[in-house]
Amino acid sequence: MNDHRDPVAHVVLVLGAILFVAPLWLVFVGSTQDSAAIARGDLSVLPGNEGFGVYAGVLAGPVPRMLLISLGMALAIAIGKIVISILSAFAVVFFRFPGRHVAFWLIFITLMLPVEVRIIPTYSVMSDLGLINTFTGLWLPLIASATATLLFRQIFVAIPDELVEAARMDGAGPLRFLWDIVIPVSGANIAALFVILFIYGWNQYLWPLLVATNPNLDTIVIGIVKMIAVETQTDWSAVMATAMLALLPPVVVVVVMQRWFVSGLTEGEK
Amino acid sequence: MERRTIFGQRLLPVILVAPQFLLTLIFFLWPACQAIWSSMTRQDPFGLHSQFAGLDNFVELFTDPLYRASIGRTVFFMAAVSALSMSLALLLAVFADREIRGRTIYRTLLIWPYAIAPAMAAVLWIVLLQPQVGILAAWLSRHGIAWDYHLNDTQAMLMIVLACAWKQVSYNFIFFLAGLQSIPRTVLEAARMDGARGWHRFRTITFPLLAPTSFFLLVVNLVYAAFDTFGTIQALTQGGPGKATETLVVKVYRDGVVNLDIGSSSAQSVVLMIGVIGLTALQFRFLGRRQLT
Amino acid sequence: MAMLELAGLRKSFGETEVLRQIDLSLASGEMLVIVGASGCGKSTLLRIVAGLETPSAGRILLEGRDITSIDPSARDIAMVFQNYALYPHMTVFDNMAYGLRIRGLSREDIAHRVDVAASLLGLSELLGRKPRQLSGGQRQRVAMGRAIVREPKLFLFDEPLSNLDATLRVRTRAEIRRLQRRLGITSLYVTHDQVEAMTLGDRLLVLHQGRPAQLATPMEVFERPADTYVAGFIGAPAMNFLPATLTDTGTAAKLEAGPLLQFADGQRKASDGTALIVGIRPEHIQTNPAGIPLRIDLVEPLGSETLVHGRLAAPGEAALVMRLAGRAPESDMLRIEFPAEDIHVFDAGSGLRLS
Repeated sequence: MNDHRDPVAHVVLVLGAILFVAPLWLVFVGSTQDSAAIARGDLSVLPGNEGFGVYAGVLAGPVPRMLLISLGMALAIAIGKIVISILSAFAVVFFRFPGRHVAFWLIFITLMLPVEVRIIPTYSVMSDLGLINTFTGLWLPLIASATATLLFRQIFVAIPDELVEAARMDGAGPLRFLWDIVIPVSGANIAALFVILFIYGWNQYLWPLLVATNPNLDTIVIGIVKMIAVETQTDWSAVMATAMLALLPPVVVVVVMQRWFVSGLTEGEK
Repeated sequence: MERRTIFGQRLLPVILVAPQFLLTLIFFLWPACQAIWSSMTRQDPFGLHSQFAGLDNFVELFTDPLYRASIGRTVFFMAAVSALSMSLALLLAVFADREIRGRTIYRTLLIWPYAIAPAMAAVLWIVLLQPQVGILAAWLSRHGIAWDYHLNDTQAMLMIVLACAWKQVSYNFIFFLAGLQSIPRTVLEAARMDGARGWHRFRTITFPLLAPTSFFLLVVNLVYAAFDTFGTIQALTQGGPGKATETLVVKVYRDGVVNLDIGSSSAQSVVLMIGVIGLTALQFRFLGRRQLT
Repeated sequence: MAMLELAGLRKSFGETEVLRQIDLSLASGEMLVIVGASGCGKSTLLRIVAGLETPSAGRILLEGRDITSIDPSARDIAMVFQNYALYPHMTVFDNMAYGLRIRGLSREDIAHRVDVAASLLGLSELLGRKPRQLSGGQRQRVAMGRAIVREPKLFLFDEPLSNLDATLRVRTRAEIRRLQRRLGITSLYVTHDQVEAMTLGDRLLVLHQGRPAQLATPMEVFERPADTYVAGFIGAPAMNFLPATLTDTGTAAKLEAGPLLQFADGQRKASDGTALIVGIRPEHIQTNPAGIPLRIDLVEPLGSETLVHGRLAAPGEAALVMRLAGRAPESDMLRIEFPAEDIHVFDAGSGLRLS
């Protein structure tokens, strides 16, 4: 299809783009408006006259702390998961050790159990470990699933034999090989996975909700849902401003790293 | 898939696998076993004493009209969200695949929603359709339609279907676009020379070649609709009004965390577990692929 | 003392015996080319010497030291891989320096060695580049550079030219030879290409199904092949083989096609009536107006000469290829002779050269 002038395509895509940009735009607009006006139903289409004043107010409260918690959680999950997955995949691919198959299948089973399915018993385990209401409790259980391990396994299996042999002849042992060669060569995939996991971590709702009753450990997502919980008392422009702040990091990460992350997502398909 | 070149150490790999293995044991297998065990117990009202009850909880579940209604509701919800989300994504992907100016900008604008948390999607839809605040809601009431999804069952379901399908479009879009781009140009050119045009070519050549992608996405979408939508639904309707939007995962939460009925909630979790295992096994059988979070 | 000695080397993968009884000695500075068709075990042999595979039996001695069970990196051997195996994320410099860094050489030592090797190979300008920015020939040279900086006792080459295009192959072949001579490092070179074998080797080891068919200098392999396999493998187009029988108390061979060929080099130690295979190379067949008739099937003009494919008269209608200087003949029949000093006599049963 080599049509450079394609009005139909443009129309469809513009409508699509509007569908996905409009709500964001409205939220942005709302964050610059007077709350009472919004509550009355007067959400305007153009930026209001409150300017960025609402943000100042929002940033004075618990929001910065919540953003920090979300950031910490997302980073911990992304980095934690990448590290243990690389180690596991490396072990399973490059060695033959007793229990290798068992370990692999057990880890594989985790694919089939999203957190929502095991919330209550996981909660009781956390309770037993004294991890309720702790920052560690927010992210630790979430780094165990095997999706990243399987991806790395696929990549490691494809590393050419000759590369391994050359490194061996150069005198590199397994750990050195992992650090000097395997990880750098997998760089693009690690970047893609980082994006995906960061988003996953930032966007968690159910788990942090359960594990932390202390409001000091609320993530930004939980914070926002709480803010809209009682709709008659909601300070709408504050909600919108908070929402903009909550969306900023993940959106920036996705847009800036778009190329890597798209290829990383779809790579598993090839 | 195995490889020929390996290292000889035996202890080292065990150490390397240990962290993930331990975490899996503690946070997956142990809770899963506990869920299965709890699903077969009954607790007294004070939570002090539990008693083995075999499959009673399950029997009770499946004979409970509320649970059955929830199943029906969830199935409907999953189908609606998947169908809506995938068809819209496919439509956009087909046009975004064309060589038009501004292609990359369109793609970015359609991909960015991947970053949105399910719970945040609720906020974004509130500005559109919340009865007091939403712009479209205002437009609807001006035209005589009483729009309030806090009161109207059907409207509530519609609201969550729209919000959840909307959120998922960008994920589907990414994969459909990649799938379309992996179809060799020469195949489409051959079809063109054979006289197949437009819609006909799409139906007979493009769409069949997208079948693996479509199947993969279908499974992913079903799992998404069943589980990842918790945040959106909870933020928008909390499962209400009444039980109008109480899907299975919301019900697990309500019964387990809000109502503290461990036995029933565990039984429900086990049912969901079996469902997911079934879906994933299906996906594996036919594709050997797996989704990323 | 020989630089490299292989004694009784054998290798089996499960039931399949891939290498049978390899014994050889390499002098210091010698380049031995191991040649044979795919699957003959040559790569396996190389990898065993490298330490990437363990032999089922036998020993490897490098400068008198038994290295059979020593780790590849401790053998003081360097290898150039078929697909180069360059570290894709490192610069040319780092690729060459990697092994030296692991060994703990000082920065100055490493820089010096890499610089020397780079200038030897014409890579000095490319030290900062990554492999993906290099052409195939350049990558190949980096692979060699990586081996050279190690200053090893032995070089191993695993079909290093097979991924290059024809013109580059010819040029690089010569460069490898010059380099090896200049550095004087003992080398084992594996290839399936008989031209590479002939031009690069001080000696050739022709492997056939894991068995050493002949170990000799290139000229000897060409002029006195040890068996029909070697005879047919070296030289292109391949040697012609004609079935015959030993007669005249071992001094002549009667071809199945009819003519009697007297041996120029004396009597063969076998009884009359032994089945033979007589070999003659296409370039040695001469035209002779009084000779045997050859019916021409196909003519391939190469410019400076012509390849003539034909058949001898019945019985058997043995097929022959001959090299004719100049243009193709006009008619479809040619009269030829086989000069006595150019024929090779092999026992039909064993394929071995008959003496």
